[in-house]
Amino acid sequence: MPARVGVVMFPGTNCEHDAVLALRRLGTSADLVWHGDTTVAGFDALVLPGGFAHGDYLRPGALARFSPVMEAVGRFAADGGPVVGICNGFQVLTEAGLLPGALQKNRGLRFVCTTVGVRVESSDSVLTSGVPVGTELAIPINHFEGNYTCDADTLARLRGEDRVVLRYVDNPNGSVDGIAGVCNAARNVVGLMPHPERASDPLLGSVDGIVLLRALTASAELAPRAAATVA
Amino acid sequence: MHYSVLVEVRLRHGIADPQGATIERALPALGLDGVTGVRAGKSFRFDVAADDEASALARATVVADRLLANPVIEESSVTLGPAVSPPSTGSAT
Repeated sequence: MPARVGVVMFPGTNCEHDAVLALRRLGTSADLVWHGDTTVAGFDALVLPGGFAHGDYLRPGALARFSPVMEAVGRFAADGGPVVGICNGFQVLTEAGLLPGALQKNRGLRFVCTTVGVRVESSDSVLTSGVPVGTELAIPINHFEGNYTCDADTLARLRGEDRVVLRYVDNPNGSVDGIAGVCNAARNVVGLMPHPERASDPLLGSVDGIVLLRALTASAELAPRAAATVA
Repeated sequence: MHYSVLVEVRLRHGIADPQGATIERALPALGLDGVTGVRAGKSFRFDVAADDEASALARATVVADRLLANPVIEESSVTLGPAVSPPSTGSAT
């Protein structure tokens, strides 16, 4: 049975169909989940895709945190279900408290839209499992507020617990320690600013995102189906 | 009673403020010097219905801490305005 991946769509999300397409092409049965839904039952993994949830009003992710689906996302994550936030989805996960830190405006107030080098720094997460540390991937970024920030204690903990999952080869936005992606302590929630779904076909200029999406798919297949029974 | 509230949100000390820095760098173009320490932030105004000043402040602080500011990078201050009678909800005739 193929893994069932829910792609959570808020008003203003705009990368949901890219994510669904890329995941389906890897053999999953990906489907959209509306932000007003109060359950994510039936899914083996969740993706919060990019865009501008709730218009990014106040701060990116600040209002999405209150969408009804987020309570179900939080329970799914607490039960060990794989959850990945891409770009705006990463911002939502930090605002929701499912990941540490915050995403600030880029250094120099520059909107950055380009393909960057991203290095895998830990193979121990639902997005990088099986991908060797040191693997360099060419993946697009497309954001104004991707400058990862956290306090010194949090940074020390992230480093000490091997929770910096991805780093930029050349820091494009001022992120502390070049961080492009982090995971939670249980390693089943990952946030990253790069867009792996936009590097999933030769026509897009890179296929390097596939290795990450495939790792997520594999994690979804391994995830305890108990997560799916939670109402 | 109704209390008008002003919440100011600013980046925590030590958090880089590229907006403030850019504004500060623009000031010499106005022929101004000696203006330093520019920090950009946000302000919010709203009204709170409460029985007294203390409970108005408590409720406004919840709004500031739980929504208007992200405590990871921002801090906020809450200022209460004078109490006013609630606006009439009846017909204006």
